[in-house]
Amino acid sequence: MPAAVRVRWAVIAATSVALVATGCSSSKSSSGGGGNASGIVQAWWGDPQNPLEPVNTNEVNGGAVLNMIFTGLVAYDPKTSKPSNANADSITSSDQQNWTVKLKPGWKFSDGTTVTASSYVDAWNYGALATNKQLNSSFFQYVQGYDDVAPAKGSPKAQTMSGLKVVDDNTFTVALTQKFSTWPSTLGYSAFYPVPKAFFSDHAGYLNKPIGNGPYEITSWTRSQKMQLRPFAGYSGDQKAKNGGVDLKVYTDTNAAYADLQAGNLDIDNGIPNSALKTIQTDLNGRYLNVPAGIIQTISFPLYQPQWSTDGAKLVRQGLSMAIDRPTITKVVFNGTRTPATDWTSPVLGAAGGYKEGLCGDECTFNAAKAKQLIQQGGGIPGGQLTISYNADGPHKEWVDAACNSINNVMGDTKSCVGRPVGTFADFRNQVTTKQMTGAFRTGWQMDYPLIQDFLQPLYFTNASSNDSHYSNPQFDDLVSKANANGDQAAAVGQFQDAEKLLVTDMPVIPLWYQNGTVGWSSKVSNVTLDPFSVPVYKDITVK
Amino acid sequence: MGRYVIRRLLQMIPVFIGSTFLIFVMVHALGDPVNALFGDKAPDPVIAAQIREQYNLNDPLWLQYLKYMGKLFTWDFGNTFSGQSVTSLLAIAYPATIKLTAVAFTIEVVFGIGFGLISGLRRGGISDNSVLVLTLVVISIPTFVTGYVLQYLLGVKWNWFPATAGEDLTLDSLIMPGLVLASVSLAYVARLTRTTVAENSKADYVRTATAKGLPRRRVVINHLLRNSLIPVVTFLGTDLGALMGGALVTERIFNIHGVGFYLYQGIVRQNTNTVVGFVTILVIVYLAANLLVDLLYAVLDPRIRYA
Repeated sequence: MPAAVRVRWAVIAATSVALVATGCSSSKSSSGGGGNASGIVQAWWGDPQNPLEPVNTNEVNGGAVLNMIFTGLVAYDPKTSKPSNANADSITSSDQQNWTVKLKPGWKFSDGTTVTASSYVDAWNYGALATNKQLNSSFFQYVQGYDDVAPAKGSPKAQTMSGLKVVDDNTFTVALTQKFSTWPSTLGYSAFYPVPKAFFSDHAGYLNKPIGNGPYEITSWTRSQKMQLRPFAGYSGDQKAKNGGVDLKVYTDTNAAYADLQAGNLDIDNGIPNSALKTIQTDLNGRYLNVPAGIIQTISFPLYQPQWSTDGAKLVRQGLSMAIDRPTITKVVFNGTRTPATDWTSPVLGAAGGYKEGLCGDECTFNAAKAKQLIQQGGGIPGGQLTISYNADGPHKEWVDAACNSINNVMGDTKSCVGRPVGTFADFRNQVTTKQMTGAFRTGWQMDYPLIQDFLQPLYFTNASSNDSHYSNPQFDDLVSKANANGDQAAAVGQFQDAEKLLVTDMPVIPLWYQNGTVGWSSKVSNVTLDPFSVPVYKDITVK
Repeated sequence: MGRYVIRRLLQMIPVFIGSTFLIFVMVHALGDPVNALFGDKAPDPVIAAQIREQYNLNDPLWLQYLKYMGKLFTWDFGNTFSGQSVTSLLAIAYPATIKLTAVAFTIEVVFGIGFGLISGLRRGGISDNSVLVLTLVVISIPTFVTGYVLQYLLGVKWNWFPATAGEDLTLDSLIMPGLVLASVSLAYVARLTRTTVAENSKADYVRTATAKGLPRRRVVINHLLRNSLIPVVTFLGTDLGALMGGALVTERIFNIHGVGFYLYQGIVRQNTNTVVGFVTILVIVYLAANLLVDLLYAVLDPRIRYA
């Protein structure tokens, strides 16, 4: 019966294919089941969106790695956000415009080469040059000569910025195009990290295994799966690692990571899914942290549309702000992982840094009667109905609907406000940046560095890069420029706050809530904290 | 037979071109991906223009497709926005998915046909009824529910299996996802087998075989089952393709870095290269599986001949 034999063979073949396909790896499990004695932290990670170059990294997954393998000129205290010199010995200026940076000598990259002034100058010139296509290149816009390396039209007229000059091995000078008193405090951002010579001589090799001057070095990286970081023995800074290393594991889904955390296969999970927030305290026996991060969520208005630029519309916007019941929404929709906003900055700045609780005052406090009165006084909602646009591929539908409900209740009309989903984030941002919005839209801002300047200038200065509502107020611009020129930190912060107060009456953007960072951890590790960028402070984690 | 295979292979060409073009158009319909690279910040127009240039996004759609296909024939699938070549992603993803599919397919074949045979032979009995109820339950529950429930119970609570698979795909870590992935198809296979076995058990040739005095084992396996497998094999063949492409949900739940995960990420990040590259290979797998099924008919039923 040859045919019958063939049938049986087909079944056996299917089975053996399965065994062969998995067989090779089943032997691995016996060797891979070792203990965690060397003190390695297993941490959640997402696949970085862009190549791991300092100026090309603008999202949290790539940023987390760069933060571990680099120490910049300045570092921010994970608790207070206060900037202090790290790789820099001093950053000084007499006129707030021309700066001299002196490095602490003898610092090394993990490939053994020395960190010099040119490591910074070359890195910055590379990052700013338009043809290198670095996403964060605009961070060098205040440096003299930026317009030549990244002209608005045509190809670059120069390869390097004229404002950067190497004086000696450990000194370089920076000439800015305007006075910018808090400029040194911005230098902790990843765009300002130095790079070794290997970055230029073997760029492809560098991208496969980035080299930095920070507390960790990358020992192996399987792209889009796993990265191993181990303490860098030649590290000279004071942010030394307190564990035997960190393994970053890429997860396909935050729920999968959370299951692994509960099963004890993962130590640090800062990608907690919303669905877990209700039970997380009991799931993890309190091994959970929910602290403010430098992120504010807002609703912006298209001030470039005539119906939104009238004086009456100002009152309408104030009324809408008062019509949103922030405390209830943050509690019910977000399970307490957001804090109702009372200004346009973030609590992580601290009072000295410019955060002022209640700066917005009554205009950001829920008051149904006053809200309705203001909206009617201002001539009602333009077009009779408010739409709030959001990208449907993000977790926004719930709170937009809740905010709209809140407004509808105040107005006593179920059609006063509706959510308007846009399919993808890319399409949504496209509509925002090409001024196609006719109603309100959601906006969010994650700070680049913990300064009040970063919460105001890029967002509300006339024609600023992220001024999505196209707000323009000469008085605001004037105060910000004055603050930037002010050498006295405390006085500068006061001027920034004066500018911020103008937003209360103009209300181009309604502050909603400050976003918190969340992290859960296993019983194997302790001393877990989040920095103001909602990234775990990996170097401080200790393994039991 | 040889001519038949060649004809079928030639038919694949228009199907291949048509399907890749459709996917290409659909990914493009999602809009400009460059804005999303800059997050909540406004993109720097100079840099954005350079990136669009790099990925040919300024060309008309048909030209972009031609450029893409031209490169494809030199086995260049392009790069993702993170600078990884799509070929290297394919090399990570396909082995993982094939392992998962193999485990799922084995479970599906062994248990699906096994259950179907038992319930088909003992119609109306307890085993028949319990298989019917069980398959009804499995079919009516969505995969992600089965997935999360099994993961929580077996992986987190009782620790019988690893909760997720991760990058070292071991056999024990694949059993749970394999079961979840196979469950719905398994139910269909069991029901399909049951029906055809029940139908064919009344056929003349079965009666003749029994009358000849053949042992029951031989009657069932060589005569009854073999003839009953034709519709089942059709289903299994198309299902092989569906298993590979449809593992998206299962792969996300159990952290398997396979085709489903990269496709999902490609769609979310609007990376045409990743999406079209992965779908291209999926289309080839699907077409090959279909051809294989058609050829298997001839093995199962000698009356079917291909000229």
